[in-house]
Formats: sequence, C-alpha cells, structure tokens
Amino acid sequence: MSAALELEKIQPAFADPVRESQIAFRKIMEAVARPGTRADFGSDLHPPAGLGAAAANVALALLDFETPVWLDPALRGTDAEAWVRFHCGCPLTVDPAAAAFAIVTDAKTAPRLDSFNLGDARYPDRSTTVILQVESLDDGEAVILSGPGVKDVIAVAPSGLPETFWGQMQDNNAKFQFGVDVLIVSGSALTAVPRSSNIQIQGG
Amino acid sequence: MSVQTGSNNAPERYYNYAYLDEQTKRMIRRAILKALAIPGYQVPFGSREMPVPYGWGTGGIQLTAAIVGPDDVYKCIDQGADDTTNAVSIRQFFAKVADVETTEDTSEATIIQSRHRVPEKPLKAGQVMVLQVPQPEPLRFLEPRETETRAMHAYEEYGLQYVALYERVARVGRINAGAGHPVMVEERYLMSPSPIPAFDNPKLGFSEAIYLLGAGREKRIYAVPPYTRVRSLDFEDHPFAVQTWDENCALCGADDAYLDEVVLDDQGAKMYVCSDSHHCAERREAGHVGPMAGHQLAQAEKEPAQ
Repeated sequence: MSAALELEKIQPAFADPVRESQIAFRKIMEAVARPGTRADFGSDLHPPAGLGAAAANVALALLDFETPVWLDPALRGTDAEAWVRFHCGCPLTVDPAAAAFAIVTDAKTAPRLDSFNLGDARYPDRSTTVILQVESLDDGEAVILSGPGVKDVIAVAPSGLPETFWGQMQDNNAKFQFGVDVLIVSGSALTAVPRSSNIQIQGG
Repeated sequence: MSVQTGSNNAPERYYNYAYLDEQTKRMIRRAILKALAIPGYQVPFGSREMPVPYGWGTGGIQLTAAIVGPDDVYKCIDQGADDTTNAVSIRQFFAKVADVETTEDTSEATIIQSRHRVPEKPLKAGQVMVLQVPQPEPLRFLEPRETETRAMHAYEEYGLQYVALYERVARVGRINAGAGHPVMVEERYLMSPSPIPAFDNPKLGFSEAIYLLGAGREKRIYAVPPYTRVRSLDFEDHPFAVQTWDENCALCGADDAYLDEVVLDDQGAKMYVCSDSHHCAERREAGHVGPMAGHQLAQAEKEPAQ
C-alpha cells in the first residue's frame, strides 16, 4: 500500500485547487447543513475509474495528511488509489475504526457503519465521515429524513444499498452524539445524511 | 501554473487566497462539517495567528476565510453597525485578501460576520451568519476546568447551569442575562450564542440560514444548521423574554428593533436609536420618521463603507 506511485499514470485533479476546493466545500457545507438536499459538482473533474466526480470533489476538498482514509477494497491497488494518494497526500488505513474518512464504492460488501469510528463521548467530532458511492440517488427505496437542517421532512431514495443499510442508519442516529456522518454520492451528485438526521423507513 | 484565483492585486499578494493556507482551510472546513452534523457541539480546531489580536474576531475571521469565495458578498458588523472601526477593517481585510464584494445591505450579503448582533432583517437560505465568539463554553464561569466541562457536555450534565440561572432569579428577580443567554440546541447540547443580546436568541432557531460560530483564542468552532430547534433556557414560572423598550428609534421610529442608548450631553439628554445601522437607514429611506429624525447622527451614517 506504500508502493511508489507511477506518476505518469496519474490523472490531473483541480485545475485551480484554491478556487475549486472552495466551491466544492461550499456545496458540501450546504448539503450537510440541509440533509437530503442535492449538491451537484458538474463534470469538469475526470477522476480515474471507480470514483465519481462527486466523490473526487469531496476527496480533493477535505482530505490531506491529517486524515487517515479507509478505501473500499475494490479501489485498493487501482489508479483511483494512486490518484487519491497523490493529490490528497492522505495516509491510507485498512482499519475502519482508525479512519477519519472512508470511501465506500460497493455498499453491499462494505463493513457495517458501526465498525467505523463513532467518535468519543467527549469528542464526537472524531468520528468517520463515510463517502458512500451508489448507483443512483433516485431509484432506490425512499426513506424520510427529519431533524436539524430539514424544514419539515425530505425524502431520499438512493439505490444500490444493502437491505440493512437504513436500519444501520437508524441505529447510527439513535446513538447521537456518537455516529458516522454519511455523504451519499453518485456521479456528480451528493446528498448528506449526517448522524443528526432522523430516518423513517416507509412501510417499515 | 497560472493562478486563476488571483486577481488585479495578485502581484502584491504574497500570501494565499483568503489569507489562510490551504491546509488550514481544509482543517477548518472539516471542523465546520462536524459542527453542522452535531449542532451546538464545540469542535476543537487548530486556531491560527491572525493579523489582528485575539478578541478582535479571529474566530469569525478564520471561519470566513475558510468558506469565502470571490463570488460572495460580504457584510461585517460590530454591534449592529457597519461603520465601526472593527467592522470596517475586517471588511477591508476580506476585500483585499479574498477579492470579495462588500456590502452593508443585509439582504444582498451571502456571508455576514458579526460579534454582538444578528441583523433585524430575517436571514434567508444561501446566507451564512458568522459569529465571533469570545467564550464558547457556557459553563466556563461555573466550572473552570475544560476536562470537566467536556464531560458535562458528553453526559448532558447541565444541572449546574440551571442552578446558576436559579441563583440569578433569586438574586435579581429575573432570569435574563442581557447578552449571551445560554440556549439548548435540539434539546441535546448547551450552547453559548456568543454575546448577542437575548433579543437575538430567537433568531437562531428555525432560521433559513446557516449559523457558524468561531472562537479564535479558545480554538472552538460550532454551528446551528437551518431549521434547528434552539431553546433559550428558562423556568416555567420565569419564562424567557427578550428586551423591550418604552421608546421607539429616535431616527426611524422602529418599535420592534434592538435599540442603543446614545448620551447626547452632560445634562442627561439621550436618544435611543436602532443598533442595526443598515436596518435604520433603510427604514429612513423608506420614509419612516422618528421623533428626532434629521439629527446629525443620521448624517454620520451616510458615509460609504469603504
């Protein structure tokens, strides 16, 4: 995992890192402040196979040497891993509980949410932020979010999630102040479900 | 590589866009996201040396520096006024280091930085209210040890705060602290709203805008997302109440704004004027007239911001 990078294979990231990471961050901030709403990062960025534009924007805006990153096994050893390592300079970890950020590209084989770092009672901010890449933000089973940042209620319906996922998210919310914060991404779109969001499973 | 973020003054700017280096901004940005995910909880962050002393708004300046872009419109107020020294210099700072357009108009601003006031005009979606906080820990005057206050927040041990409020009621007969009246966020975290008057406390709850609070010396960031329940602490028999005045604004006649007392001479003459200078000016332009309209104070406020 610490093999030398083959630099000639690494694709470019932001053309203007200062400006573009600021734009990306503001979109992420609005999304986290308003769970269930949609941010779109456009298609200027062309990350390597395995990473969508939204996941790549989040990585470039937020990851650096201070943030141990858990990469989905599907990404390990790929160009995507080399790209993240090169552009973000972040350490990688295979221990979910040690990760500040996790990039999950296959939700069905991913570890349970509670195997990531849920934070400390005194320092709940130390929990993992999970970047969860799914097939689509629209075609899945709809759940209803409420809580801070949501005016009344808002529905989200990402597809490609394991059946137990929203149950895990309910458990995650029930543990507040502990919990992971999830950024669900697909292609260039992102929607956030922080630990503060109450989740109602329809028909469940 | 060409620096596209640069601008007209790029050659003279020997530091990064918005003053802070990129790694510092990322660190602050990560803290902001955790603060939004855990409303009211104080996230520790690596506060940097800023080109103003602690106490002059270093927490708010770092928050603004981490979020600002050249497309933003920036407003900065001290008390409610756009034209006080601290507000003018912070506004000029960001015009210089972040190429940001500045304004006094609450409704056109996308980032509003303040210490003591939340503008009278309701905030809307797309706006970020940045508050500069001197003491982020509401329990600090009751418990000086950070290790203990951390634990009190962790286990929601807020009895001491209620005892302190009770003592205030017992001593002075009412609960109001005037400024910095503590609030409960989503019935979980006790939070200091920074030294805004209790008058502004109700604006924190179910706002459309995002509230970010930063304490530079104390190295803490916390936040209130939009549509979040914020309750000012009180007792059933001593309900929370905001300040009221017998007078209206002497310049614009407003009867629902937060008023400052202005001493006019040494004979006891005084007037009450809106603390929010832009709100007052806008009302006067719209034809509202107070009992002392045309007073020289109204002229002073017409000077441009820059």
